[in-house]
Amino acid sequence: MAEIKLESVAKTFGTFAAVKGVTFTVDHGSFFVILGPSGCGKTTTLRMIAGLELPTAGRILLDGKDVTARRASARDIAFVFQLFALYPHMNVRQNIGFPLRCQNYARAEIRQSVEETARLLRIDHLLERRVGGLSGGDRQRVALGRAIVRRPKAFLMDEPLGALDSEFRRLMCGELRELHDRIDATTVYITHDQLEAMAMADRIAIMNQGRVEQIGTPQEIYDRPSSMFVADFIGAPPMSFIGVQAALQRGDRSIRIDGVAIEMPEVFEDRAEGKFALGVRPENVSFADASPLRGRVIGAEYLGTTQIVTVITASGQLKARLPSGKTVRIDESVGLALRPDRLSLFDAMSGRALPSALYAGGSRG
Amino acid sequence: MAEVALLEVSKSYGTVEAVRDLSLSIAHGEFVVLLGPTGAGKTTTLRLIAGLERPDRGNVLIQGRVVTDEVPAERDVAFVFQQYSLYPHLTVYDNLAFPLRSPARRMNENVVRRRVQQVAELLHIEHKLGNRATALSGGEMQRVAIGRALVREPAVYLMDEPLSSLDAKLRAELRLELKRIQRELGTTILYVTHDQIEAMTMADRIGVMSEGVLIQLGTPREIYERPNSAYVASRLGTPAINLIPAELLGADAVPPQVRTVGLRTEHIRISSVDRPGPLARVHWVEHLGDQNHVHLKLDTHSLVTLADPVQPLKAGDQVSLEFTEPLYFDQAGNRVAADAFRGHA
Repeated sequence: MAEIKLESVAKTFGTFAAVKGVTFTVDHGSFFVILGPSGCGKTTTLRMIAGLELPTAGRILLDGKDVTARRASARDIAFVFQLFALYPHMNVRQNIGFPLRCQNYARAEIRQSVEETARLLRIDHLLERRVGGLSGGDRQRVALGRAIVRRPKAFLMDEPLGALDSEFRRLMCGELRELHDRIDATTVYITHDQLEAMAMADRIAIMNQGRVEQIGTPQEIYDRPSSMFVADFIGAPPMSFIGVQAALQRGDRSIRIDGVAIEMPEVFEDRAEGKFALGVRPENVSFADASPLRGRVIGAEYLGTTQIVTVITASGQLKARLPSGKTVRIDESVGLALRPDRLSLFDAMSGRALPSALYAGGSRG
Repeated sequence: MAEVALLEVSKSYGTVEAVRDLSLSIAHGEFVVLLGPTGAGKTTTLRLIAGLERPDRGNVLIQGRVVTDEVPAERDVAFVFQQYSLYPHLTVYDNLAFPLRSPARRMNENVVRRRVQQVAELLHIEHKLGNRATALSGGEMQRVAIGRALVREPAVYLMDEPLSSLDAKLRAELRLELKRIQRELGTTILYVTHDQIEAMTMADRIGVMSEGVLIQLGTPREIYERPNSAYVASRLGTPAINLIPAELLGADAVPPQVRTVGLRTEHIRISSVDRPGPLARVHWVEHLGDQNHVHLKLDTHSLVTLADPVQPLKAGDQVSLEFTEPLYFDQAGNRVAADAFRGHA
């Protein structure tokens, strides 16, 4: 177990600023996911925690101790890479025990640690098998075993499931999280897959262009995105935005779109006339024949349980998640209802969310 | 006439049967997706059509012509691989023009320019034509790779997980674009993936494969609503279909040969315990943002279903279940029609 703390950590490669002052704390025993598109600086951040890169500025603390300048080998952290390399000529037991043999552990101790680890991963029946004949999942488990056998203070994982089938990835997500809980580990995990992040994380940090956009629990980030970037990055399909020109007053509970007053959470700030974007998630949009907010259906994607229907309005495109049993015709004109207590309002210029009753409220029950 | 047809094609590598007795025909302008896990035989099927592999048995036909003995260049196909391979020293324009400038084609440079321009517009990369291929983002590179296939006008495009190396976000965008392009151009595509969302949203028809065998072929709706086996049923749907032993529902609740009952989330109704129906306990509620999954325990069996936001459920709650449209499967996992047996479930 360990607490990992980053204080204004930055990294520049030549003239390129990969990470621009990142601050966060990963609590003891928590599963922390850094999520972002490729090039956002997440891998560089992870490599700095591991000691594989030195920050250009800032401090990294491990259990309160400054390890910023310490070598990777002196940090007691295990790094799990995207592509696992197992030694093909060794059996499972030798592969898992390898890190301990390198550190000259006693034979009996290696045996005991390897067997414990294998039991934890439920691969103890495979210990004498060659890794060549194993299924993809079991190879993955062996690689994990090699990472956890040393019982390091923290695990850093760089898209360890990226190379797997989507279905198998889902399964491994559950397994990884369960393993994390069982060994009481502190884990920092990076991915660009929001579903992985949502399924596993205690807290998520969303990165964009070297900066942290938002840190929060999966539900907070989903329900109360602090910027349009976050709202757009999380959710499949992402949040839809409707452009609005308006002036806002503290206490406003509605906004006019195409001349129609749309109810929304109470606004907590006065804002001069300007451009705003009303954000709504697909599951909070429904069809309502009588609604004055009208749109034209331009597409429907069948997903089995549900369908995603794209509707174009005078102020922008909206996506609605509807039951797949509902008949939807392309080009048909429909009335739209937006769930009032779930709407976000963003400053269209800065992309930042405006403070409102939704953002001030506690988490949803 | 079918653009592409496979007639009882088999291919083994050593003792492994990669593809077994596969028959499939793809109509002109059709988008067919082969869906299955790693090792199902999807890629081998593509390679057999492209001529990169030779079948042990069976025949491959392209536009009605038997091509089984032809080399890849003689077949009228274009292949898009998972890992884009662009010429790093060439511009986007030259990368796109490359297939048209092959000596075998001798295409007039004006025609080449027109074609490259057209495809670049279609893919929204016309402003990048002068860039080096290496000065592009991953998504742009993959678009160029797809574009390099599109500049030619082959009988069929064969695509092997062309989106799987991209960001989730970009993947979703290109998915829609690829479908749009296919519709606009009326091209014929055979596309291989293990991603059910890609299959559901792009395919005219989906072929579900497992261990070298084509298990079912049909429209996304057919495959989802009328799967021919428990295997196919479990390939589609999020959360996945619940497969529970028939005896949990009581002996007379299902037809006699039924061993497994499949329950999709939209066919499970949760109500308070005073309503009749099997009783279950809420194990936990998982928040995944857009979906909240309720994990239920029915006896010792776990069920996962979507939570209704207006129905507050918490761990430990007792609930009564109603199953509206169960799917029945026999011992072998094959679907048993419910028509012969109504009104019990």
